[in-house]
Amino acid sequence: MEKFTRITATACPLPAENIDTDQILPARYLKLPRKGEHGKVLFYDLRFDAAGSERPDFALNRSPWREAKIIVGGRNFGGGSSREAAVYALYDYGIRCVIAPSYGDIFSQNATKNGLLTAVVTEAEGRTLTAALTREPGLVVTVDLEAQSIVCGDLRYQFTIDPARRTRLLNGWDDIDLTDSFRDQIGAFKAADVRRRPWASPATAATRRD
Amino acid sequence: MNTPLTLFDKLWSTHAIVERDGETLLWVDRHYVHEGSFHAFSRLAERGASVAEPGLTFGVTDHYVPTRGRNKPIPNPEIARMVSQLEKNAADQNITLFGLNDRRQGIVHVVGPELGLTLPGLLIVCGDSHTSTHGAFGAFAFGIGASEVAHVLLTQTLWQKKPKRMRITVDGRLSDGLGAKDIALAIIANIGADGASGHAIEFAGSAIRALSMEGRMTLCNMAIEAGGRCGIVAPDATTFDYLKDREFSPKGEALDRAMQDWIDLKSDTGAQFEREVSIDATAVAPFVTWGTSPEDALPIDASVPDPAREQNPERAKYIRAAIDYMGLSAGKRLTDITIDRVFIGSCTNARIEDLRAAAAILAGRVSKVPGLVSPGSSSVKRQAEEEGLDRLFRDAGLEWADSGCSMCVGINGDVVAPGARCASTTNRNFRGRQGAGARTHIMSPAMVAAAAVSGHLADMRPLLRKV
Repeated sequence: MEKFTRITATACPLPAENIDTDQILPARYLKLPRKGEHGKVLFYDLRFDAAGSERPDFALNRSPWREAKIIVGGRNFGGGSSREAAVYALYDYGIRCVIAPSYGDIFSQNATKNGLLTAVVTEAEGRTLTAALTREPGLVVTVDLEAQSIVCGDLRYQFTIDPARRTRLLNGWDDIDLTDSFRDQIGAFKAADVRRRPWASPATAATRRD
Repeated sequence: MNTPLTLFDKLWSTHAIVERDGETLLWVDRHYVHEGSFHAFSRLAERGASVAEPGLTFGVTDHYVPTRGRNKPIPNPEIARMVSQLEKNAADQNITLFGLNDRRQGIVHVVGPELGLTLPGLLIVCGDSHTSTHGAFGAFAFGIGASEVAHVLLTQTLWQKKPKRMRITVDGRLSDGLGAKDIALAIIANIGADGASGHAIEFAGSAIRALSMEGRMTLCNMAIEAGGRCGIVAPDATTFDYLKDREFSPKGEALDRAMQDWIDLKSDTGAQFEREVSIDATAVAPFVTWGTSPEDALPIDASVPDPAREQNPERAKYIRAAIDYMGLSAGKRLTDITIDRVFIGSCTNARIEDLRAAAAILAGRVSKVPGLVSPGSSSVKRQAEEEGLDRLFRDAGLEWADSGCSMCVGINGDVVAPGARCASTTNRNFRGRQGAGARTHIMSPAMVAAAAVSGHLADMRPLLRKV
């Protein structure tokens, strides 16, 4: 996973509340294998009409936001389905950071596993940021994960992020390697647990909990 | 005396292996996989690794399976590939699969409980957000993404930050004909679609205790629609009765031992919750959604909100966009909204009790619109047929199909046409959820049946028959 430290880029405002993962990646594209091409179907039904033509009123279809690497979203961004492909779509399009007042928990967790930062600001900060970007679309935004800061023109905010997620993103860590280093503890837990909760193994299935 | 603990605290500490940097490595007791889990299996293959605990991993085909023509090969080659890919992954990894033609096939969140795989006190995950359903048994159950699915396949563990605790107490008796879906929508309308974000929800109170396991599953299923990390109901006699003699549930000595543990699965008196919400069950009316988020829910006697009357400009904009997508006008009475079709199905509301509730309204009546009924599992389908419910649905003019996620997510080909309006027992009225451009109103099975026979959204209460 690519590390996230600091980014300076164009930021696209998408202030609508409840942009769920079905909007970010419509379910009919869930079959796509992971080949770095999910960006093509990002926000598909919001970006394109039924004939496949771009909807000119959708912010990401306008210059300079077309090149955005940051999205400033509304409350409950990425709520709904657990589909990690919603994160692949944002990432493959080139988005590296979302700034919003709240997120779907699973979306945020998935984002962390793929190097996409989900920065939390207050609703008022989100509104001010959106207003500034709407007034002056060319404004660049700098997001610094080390300092947990967002700078956009004269605006300067501190954002919040869970410390463990921050560490992961800063280091580009893969959880599986990390967990492997706790192999002994996992083995000991398993051995004790099978005595403590013998009923927890499925009754008729052959298991390897021995 | 020890500090009083919440049920969630107890579930958490039972599964905690180690802590690091504010996160805990948790042991996973059950891992359910489905066709959509292919990303995770690909990652396993990249590493040349195998599943750590195949005996604790169970596969179900549900998301892509056809609901018609099960005896024939799947006509759509992409869908056929999704189903056969899971069959191959399960076979390669020695995972028990409830496949397309297995008698036990169905929607994963119906099948797990039905087979007694889901038990009180377990930690259960699945690459599907509605995994919260299993919390109805007093399990800690939550949906995860593909990276986490891969992590569980490889290690049988997961890193999690402990969520905050929230208790939603629902006291009082529900009016006749109302159910868990009405409670769920009342809660979500009250606290918002992100109202429980970062929280583990425990549902408590006399109205919850009075719910059947089916009702508790509907409620916990919808916990994710309030943004909750999970929903839990403390197990009681209703739970233990349900679990008796299920295929995989503990029996004999193992059951005695389990009961000793299960009896403790409740929040201690005086346990502290970061947030408490109370709902009066006697005031809950039949709820329907009007917009594009489950929080856009109102009692059936209300009207479509007017953005001009909304103080918050962002909210006004949201309402305008939602009613525009839904093809509605501000101030329109909800009961004046005509529908094009109905769907009765999904992990939310397609268990036997749900089918009975819908069939009771449909019996002797005719649906004014076409509709599809897809039972929650093949076993629910057989039971419904034994009870003659299939005939009531068919006689009313609805199609009786096989079990799967079907028109709730629309990826098996069961979709609502662009612009068409569907009264649905499902969990999400998101834009395009049931198909591109589809307009979804979610509600209880009885309310969907009432909409079917009325041709428009309708209060089911006048249609209830006195027994």
